[in-house]
Amino acid sequence: MIKAILIFNNHGKPRLSKFYEHYSEDTEQQIIRETFHLVSKRDENVCNFLEGGMLIGGSENKLIYRHYATLYFVFCVDSSESELGILGLIQVFVETLDKCFENVCELDLIFHVDKVHNILAEMVMGGMVLETNMNEIITQVDAQNKMEKSEAGIAGAPARAVSAVKNMNLPEMPRNINIGDISIKVPNLPSFK
Amino acid sequence: MSDVVEKTLSALPSLLSLDSQAGAGKLSPSSKLGNLIKGITELTSKHEEEKLIKKELESIKEQVASPNTTMRQMKEIMVRAIYCEMLGYQASFSYIHAIKLAQQGSVLEKRVGYLAVSLFLNETDEFLLLLVNTVLKDLQSTNLIEVCMALTVVSQMFPKDMIPAILPVVEEKLTHPKEIIRRKAVLALYKFYLIAPNQVQHIHSKFRKALCDKDPGVMTASLHIYLQLIKENPESYKDLTGSMVTILRQVVGGKLPLDFNYHSVPAPWLQIQLLRILAYLGKEDQGTSEMMYDVLEESLRRAEMNHNITYAILFECVKTIYTVHPKSQLLEKAAECIGNFVLSPKINLKYLGLKALTYVVQQDANLALPHQMTIIECLDHSDVIIKRETLELLFRITNAQNVTVIVEKMLEFLRLTCDDYSTIDLVGKVAELAEKYAPDNVWFIQTMNSVFSLGGDVMQPDIPNNFLRLLAEGVDNVEDRQLRLFAVDSYVSLLQGVTAKLPQRFLQVISWVLGEYSYLREEESDPGSVMRLLARLLDQRHTSTETRSWVLGAMTKLCSSPVSVALARDVCERYSGSLNTVLRQKAQELMILSQDTKLRARVLPAEGRLESLEVDSSLSFLDGYVSEALAAGAAPYKSPHQRQEDLVQEKALSLEPYGLSLPVSLSSCSITDRLTDRRSPTLLSMSSGLSGNSTELSHQEGSTTLKLEGVKRVWGKDGYLAQQQSAGETPTPLVELPNPLLSPQSPPSQTQKPSSGLEPDQEKRQLASSLFVGLGSHNSVCLMGRAETAPRHFRRKPRGESSSGASEGSSNSSHSSRSAAVDNLLLSNLLDSTTVASEGGAATTTTPQQTSQRTLDHTTSNGNPHVEGTEQRVEAGGPLSLIRGNGMVAVVPPTHTQTDPQTQQDLHPAPALERPRDLPLASHLPAELSGLARSEFTPLCSDQDSSLALSACRVYKEDALVLLVFISNNNDSALHQMVLQLTCKELEISCISGSPLKEVKGHSVSVCLHTVVMKRASVQVELAGLLSYQRPLGQPQAAQFSLSLSLKHFLRPLTVSTGDYGKMWLSFSHDLKQNLRLVTTEHQEPLTATLDALKGKLHLHVVDIIGSEGIVACRLLQGPGQWIWSVVAGCGQWRLVVVSGGWL
Repeated sequence: MIKAILIFNNHGKPRLSKFYEHYSEDTEQQIIRETFHLVSKRDENVCNFLEGGMLIGGSENKLIYRHYATLYFVFCVDSSESELGILGLIQVFVETLDKCFENVCELDLIFHVDKVHNILAEMVMGGMVLETNMNEIITQVDAQNKMEKSEAGIAGAPARAVSAVKNMNLPEMPRNINIGDISIKVPNLPSFK
Repeated sequence: MSDVVEKTLSALPSLLSLDSQAGAGKLSPSSKLGNLIKGITELTSKHEEEKLIKKELESIKEQVASPNTTMRQMKEIMVRAIYCEMLGYQASFSYIHAIKLAQQGSVLEKRVGYLAVSLFLNETDEFLLLLVNTVLKDLQSTNLIEVCMALTVVSQMFPKDMIPAILPVVEEKLTHPKEIIRRKAVLALYKFYLIAPNQVQHIHSKFRKALCDKDPGVMTASLHIYLQLIKENPESYKDLTGSMVTILRQVVGGKLPLDFNYHSVPAPWLQIQLLRILAYLGKEDQGTSEMMYDVLEESLRRAEMNHNITYAILFECVKTIYTVHPKSQLLEKAAECIGNFVLSPKINLKYLGLKALTYVVQQDANLALPHQMTIIECLDHSDVIIKRETLELLFRITNAQNVTVIVEKMLEFLRLTCDDYSTIDLVGKVAELAEKYAPDNVWFIQTMNSVFSLGGDVMQPDIPNNFLRLLAEGVDNVEDRQLRLFAVDSYVSLLQGVTAKLPQRFLQVISWVLGEYSYLREEESDPGSVMRLLARLLDQRHTSTETRSWVLGAMTKLCSSPVSVALARDVCERYSGSLNTVLRQKAQELMILSQDTKLRARVLPAEGRLESLEVDSSLSFLDGYVSEALAAGAAPYKSPHQRQEDLVQEKALSLEPYGLSLPVSLSSCSITDRLTDRRSPTLLSMSSGLSGNSTELSHQEGSTTLKLEGVKRVWGKDGYLAQQQSAGETPTPLVELPNPLLSPQSPPSQTQKPSSGLEPDQEKRQLASSLFVGLGSHNSVCLMGRAETAPRHFRRKPRGESSSGASEGSSNSSHSSRSAAVDNLLLSNLLDSTTVASEGGAATTTTPQQTSQRTLDHTTSNGNPHVEGTEQRVEAGGPLSLIRGNGMVAVVPPTHTQTDPQTQQDLHPAPALERPRDLPLASHLPAELSGLARSEFTPLCSDQDSSLALSACRVYKEDALVLLVFISNNNDSALHQMVLQLTCKELEISCISGSPLKEVKGHSVSVCLHTVVMKRASVQVELAGLLSYQRPLGQPQAAQFSLSLSLKHFLRPLTVSTGDYGKMWLSFSHDLKQNLRLVTTEHQEPLTATLDALKGKLHLHVVDIIGSEGIVACRLLQGPGQWIWSVVAGCGQWRLVVVSGGWL
């Protein structure tokens, strides 16, 4: 299981932190600091695995990280995850970000924290790997983004009303159709469809 | 510098604009976030950042509180709040608004709301209850995105108690037409399984359906569940092996849609998952393993492309092959694979190769041989992680021959490392190896010295504990003496040097050893030298208070010579005024004991301290006191943990559905009770609030055991090292590899084999031969028998005594502090002539009877960890010197006084006239019954000339009533053809003495043992007996007698908690009411007195006293009945209500 996903820059500024296990706020901050401390002092030409975060579970867990330009992507996982598998997953994550933001850079992560979280949610759910296929992830995210655009188009209408329309139960609508004087009763017969 | 100024200047406008925005509140929100971030990134110090964020939070707070803020704005505000939280600043005021946003916003806003909620809150948060309805609504929404969001949030965090509310809806989603929904539903259910396994018990069949889902994505998701399930219980899922193998075969064969390919590898993550499942299924199961050989081989063969992800599959495959039942052909290929990993120039693969090697050498140490040169290279690798992994590997292949080299390598690493985690880990390993394989005393002590000085104060506390135990445990032979003496010598020389750098733990160990074993070197040096060294240590500034108390403890043991006494006095004067109470106490002890040699000799005998130590971990000597206090109305003990829980319970909302909760059913009971005039004591107890409800009490029992476990964990060694030890020593039957590389005949040639084209230099080769010695030809023997080849002396001795591990563990570690406890006791009872027989192993002078009594007590107390449960021991126990010795009042039942047999004899010297005058019947009690409570000897009948006398005695065993009939023959001639018959229609009597006795020689006593069980309960039963016998020169004769037994002889206390009592009260049907007079005594309250009387006379267990109601419980031996009694006091009368589960 994935315990936490952290992204911070070369100076240790957190850019994204997602914990799949409960830690107190202080511990979370300490974990970020400790992880940065551990990861940042490693050379470029050493392995991508680290053991020994004291806070995030000691010997049970390990840190798997990748360093891209100004950002560190760190996954804290327990022993039930494959090291290289997670390494691949980080790659998928970064590629997906790259595709979604078109040449992703640190600023994208800062200004679109919510979007990054949404992308992540399509990949990892509750600490379990949900989807590893970049195209699939992008499809899901796009579907949501499309909605965003359409919603922006009807921005004039009160949001409640829009969502009410969206949520309206369609099968109920034809029941009260009146054409002139003749009122057509629409029975709920399946054959009538 | 100018740089900083420039940055500040450029930050200024944004700060200003932020200020103005806070007032305006209507500007575009995205620019606000932008400004905030710009502001933050341009700041230079943490302090400035803090100020800025504080300001930002203020403005957010203002905005969320404003009623004019639209949901849309709220969404932006939330993003800002998320940002602030990520930086570590609390925005708790926004949590409720996040929930509101999730509740009321449009889909997009909802998404941000849910995101904020999942980042801000955790599953214990009470705010989440507000979300349950929203989640439920969204789960049922027709909008797929909403359903997805709800499922995501549910799998991130959901209160355990609320799972039933949404479970059906989530379950329904398993059949949703969209695969993404099904997939998320599966994962959500997996999460539920993790937090509340029994709640999803019923949908296991649906998991199977998910496994067979037509969409591979859903199937992949369901594998998460199966991995967990199979890991927990592989046996019940063996039938899935076929399906898993089929799935894997299809995946490997490329049957999945191309979408699932990653770098042209078909669904690698799925493969990894499947391989893990197969490993669990095939572990130690040949039949199942055979099913998967083919597919494993195929996976190995297919995964040959050069990409990280294929290596991930290979690695998993190798692990699986080595986990399942071995097949030589596969093992060979896997070993080759590991070779590729280890030799790979890619550092990640090297790491994994070492990991794989570490895993496999536990089964076959030979596998490390072909890679020795690589391993040596890795030892000097620039990457610390690789180095550590290599050491881990070496740790696994350590044997008695290479231990010195390996330990040296580890210590080398330890000296360089500065991170706590590796230090703790490695220090533990070195200590373990040193204990297991130490070649000699000198090496052992030196290694342990390095361990202590390098491990410092971060190492596991059990390392020094084990070391001290090892020193102390040995039998007193020459070897042990040498070891101790060497330790003492090395410590003395250490203390003579600079001690400032030594960690406190090490100093504590040193002072204990010096205190304990300095006498070994006493003859050859001046007696005060050690004392002086200790005193010097005491005065040093860097010595911590804890260490000081250890030092004082050691001094107490050492102050025998006049020089030392003078030194001690000096020290005492300084420390008896210390502000620290522990130190002051220790100083006082030192003072008194240094002056009183006799007392000192008694408290701290020089020899054999450890052997006689016995710790009463259950604190049973306090039971009397506890029961007294309970009887006097004190609230039962609650562990801190439980008190916490109670507090939480009080605060927390009741989450139980109303229909199920206990109070309602009870209150409905109370109505009927009132109607039938049968009041439930449980109800009373609940309303009086004295001891809380039943769940609380059952918790209490649980927490008592919990507490014990906690103690064990602190001191016990078992968990950590014993486990590793067993893992290391389990010789897994493994077929010899036919690989020529590994053939055992040619280890030298392997050593010379160049590993990667490089010519290894001589030094490395030498190192290799020293490292891998013992792994060669005879290695399999060595592996199997390596525990045996290790020097016996250093191996941890199995702890035979099974008394609680807690006491065992602590016996060494805190020896000095515990003997200090003894000192305390002694000091406080200095004039008390009673021997403190409790924990002072030094001062134990228990008689055999007492000891047996105590062990008996032990078993009882182990059975009932509940404090109250031990009450019966007070009652049934014989000479509880423990209790009396400590000045506590033992409750002595008035009817049958139990003292040990000897005193019994003195107290009742032949009370019966017919009884043979000086025949001590008590000495004829069978040994196994002698320690138990029993009645007096009742004379039954005798001959005219008193040549034959019969007496009876009842022994109240825990589970039976044993009736003993003593046949005393006072004549010269023997008795023959004896038959003893006991008859009674209410009783079932069975003879338990081996063979029915036939004859009794002259002037001797025979005993017949019978167990007696009541068939029907009656208050008084009459037992008729007939003994027929024959004298050598006479007619057959018969002696008739009768004996009455009362119901009370068959009653035993029933130890129940108040809660259980309440349940029984409701479930038992028969009842009986009676009005009786309360016993009144001068000192006690009538109710307490009555209960005491009941307890004494009838062997009842007093469960609780609630207000004016006392509840007691007892059970009838071997009968179906458990009786519970309730006594209600009121104006000199008491009403007795007896409820029975069986009959009355």
